Amino acid sequence: MADRRSPAQRKALQQAQRAAGAAEELVSRATAPIRRRGFPYRAPTVPFGVTVPEEASGLGAHYDTSWARDPLPTVLRGAIVEGPMRLAARVLTDPEIVGVDRLADLQRLEEPPPLIFTPNHHSHLDTGLMIRSIPIQWRHKLVVAAAADYFFDARWKATLSALALNAIPIDRGSTGRRSADLTREMLEDGYSLVIYPEGGRSPDGWGQDWKGGAAYLSGRTGVPVVPVFIDGTGAIFGKGMKRPKRGRTQVVFGTPITPDEGESTRRFGARIHDAVATLGDEALTDFWTAKQRAATGTTPTLTGPEYTGWRRDWALADRRRRGRAGRRRVSGARRWPEL
Amino acid sequence: MPRPGFVLDVDKSTPPTLFWHGEGYRLEKLPADRSRIVYAPEPHDAITDIDGAIRHALLNPIDADPLPEQLFAGMKLTIAFDDVSLPLPKMRRPDLRQRIIEQVLTMAADAGVDDVELIAALALHRRMHDFELRHALGDRIYDAFEPRGLLTQHDAEDPDNLAYLGSTPEGEEIEINKRAAESDLLVYVNINLVAMDGGWKSTATGLASYRSLRHHHNPQTMEASHSFMDQHRSELHKSNWRMGKVMREHGPNIFQIETTLNTDTFPDPFEFLSKREWEWNAKDRGLFLASSKSLDRVPDRMARKILHGIEAPHQLTSIQAGEVEAVHKVTTENVYEQQLVEVQGQTDIITMGIPYICPYNVHSIMNPILVMCTGLGYFFNLYRGMPLVRKGGVVIMTHPTPNQFHPVHHPSYIDFFEEVLADTTDPHEMSKKWERQYAEDDWYRHLYKTSYAYHGVHPFYMWYWGSHGMQHAGRVIIVGGDPTTVRKLGFVPASSLNDALEIASDVVGRHPTITHVKTPPLLIADVK
Repeated sequence: MADRRSPAQRKALQQAQRAAGAAEELVSRATAPIRRRGFPYRAPTVPFGVTVPEEASGLGAHYDTSWARDPLPTVLRGAIVEGPMRLAARVLTDPEIVGVDRLADLQRLEEPPPLIFTPNHHSHLDTGLMIRSIPIQWRHKLVVAAAADYFFDARWKATLSALALNAIPIDRGSTGRRSADLTREMLEDGYSLVIYPEGGRSPDGWGQDWKGGAAYLSGRTGVPVVPVFIDGTGAIFGKGMKRPKRGRTQVVFGTPITPDEGESTRRFGARIHDAVATLGDEALTDFWTAKQRAATGTTPTLTGPEYTGWRRDWALADRRRRGRAGRRRVSGARRWPEL
Repeated sequence: MPRPGFVLDVDKSTPPTLFWHGEGYRLEKLPADRSRIVYAPEPHDAITDIDGAIRHALLNPIDADPLPEQLFAGMKLTIAFDDVSLPLPKMRRPDLRQRIIEQVLTMAADAGVDDVELIAALALHRRMHDFELRHALGDRIYDAFEPRGLLTQHDAEDPDNLAYLGSTPEGEEIEINKRAAESDLLVYVNINLVAMDGGWKSTATGLASYRSLRHHHNPQTMEASHSFMDQHRSELHKSNWRMGKVMREHGPNIFQIETTLNTDTFPDPFEFLSKREWEWNAKDRGLFLASSKSLDRVPDRMARKILHGIEAPHQLTSIQAGEVEAVHKVTTENVYEQQLVEVQGQTDIITMGIPYICPYNVHSIMNPILVMCTGLGYFFNLYRGMPLVRKGGVVIMTHPTPNQFHPVHHPSYIDFFEEVLADTTDPHEMSKKWERQYAEDDWYRHLYKTSYAYHGVHPFYMWYWGSHGMQHAGRVIIVGGDPTTVRKLGFVPASSLNDALEIASDVVGRHPTITHVKTPPLLIADVK
């Protein structure tokens, strides 16, 4: 493939490569005496035939996030959430938040109970948008369930996630007891939770199968689940996109639901899924149409049509056209020409 | 535990009392040892699980089948709801109408009902603005029904959309909204702010035409209603109940949903307006001073904007659904439970501060006709048993009563004030001489149907509304009112409360007893 860089870019690249080489040599020279002295100044070599047991890394699902809920990080997070995060959400996603009135009864209480928010998931922006959209009664006592293998695989990422989002690690690969216990404890301590039942961002703009974590936690703790539908973030910064493109989003909150007596986790999980799907329909059509379709079992699924290939993308484009998704903001309002 | 209503005997240590004065308020010192102040009961506890209570009411109606059992595929369902005149001040979102109608619609969707229409029961009131409909019904319902033309506002002047159901033995004709009349089920969603609301008045008045309304909105009926808050002694209600009987036989099947609110009327920072003056703390006093001085200094338009922007924290205390009369009986009991205050005996002078709002000037101007209606029509009638003031006593109101009218909302009021009141203030005479002309005026009709104007006849009805009070009182004095305007209303202007008491002494002597009704919050004096 032909190099499309300009001569000036090529020259700058060569200079950078030379500078990196020089730096590497400098470090190598400076550390040469230590390397020559060997163990214990260097890591020990491992005898043949011996397997070194893996040390607990303290990362991933084992990362301890309790420090992030101490007073100082909490204050810092408050500033981050109400400052840069709010601004970024406003600038990038221009959210329209609807359905908060469905939480009015709980908002009115002197001590609003914790809630489990279960949005669909299309983008890294979803978390910031959710935190910005959740009413103030819950916003500052909120934890976010984040993938242990993605957000907690490196120390810096784990620190940043815990500090800025109050994220707690959730093991996606297996049903980790530690993750479940930690989340349950947080709910029992009065923290609300944002958990993505899809387990990760959508790879193609349509929803994925739902996991039962939220339903399980609600069943165990009695905390109501608030179904939430987020529309638009996939088109702004979906999976695979290198940089975000500004657009419009909608966050639709549903009525809090709790498991009925004797209702299994699986059934309750399905009910949460249906509630989010109905909200998705409501976002695209209207309240009455969504209710009628829900009653007749014809609510469009979150996972999109069965078929694959371009027709699926075509259907997604159609869906986005009807919703707020992907509708870019026009810079400067259109005006009639001055006559 | 909320404290019940209370009658305070004024003595020398009683602090000055807050009187509403239009878009402002003032403190007045009532004469000691012969004055008393009636305070409203404190707000009852609201229902915590409102959605649960609504659902329970719909599934367990009084003397009717549960709502889901009355819904079926292929039926024609109409949901009518109270207009912008209720509640006052407007309630915080989500409004109760939204919450109830959303549940009704959910049940309708489950039953496969496709043909649904929503109607604002305006009677002869002005059409609601879009933002008012959104406030009452919520964005979800508005966005779903309004663009399809399925959310309409009752038009009492559209002969094609009115249905004649018959007449009572007394000759009262019943003509109501055609869509409602021809529905398989009419669900009426009501908010009962006072005991006068609800029952057959919801449908027989809210969805009726002028032809129908004139049978009970007339001076004879109003003068014979003692009071509007006491259904059994109100000719207005008896007429509506007679009409209801005809509607039951010839009209649609009605599923009435009635709600009652507590008297939690003013939110922060206006909470002090609901408190008893001697319980005002430093914050309350500071807020009173700051707000009263500010409201006095800002232009009227801005003061109205501030006050009409108040969203009351009042909340649901009861909801009942089912057969109209059975439901209304329970509703009325619940309203009484919240609002009744026992008062011993009548008084020579009744004083009342007229606030910035009444049912007919929401987001609008309290014009002189409405000042009269609020004082003599509403506040005077806040009694059960007998009026607070004795026959021939004096009514003293406080209100600036400027000669101001909202040209869009109240066009016929302007002509009524200039033309009719210049001729007569006697309800019977104006009824005979002028009413028909205003009621059938094409321009007023046009504005009522297409703009946001009250019906041409509405100022007459407001005047009739106060006819019992006018007939009962020996003199009506307005403190702080514009003298020319007040005289045109047929009342006496006074610059201060002391002046007003001096003027009143011609009628009630030098040492009259005085009763001040401290409302809002709303109360009903149970006069023994």
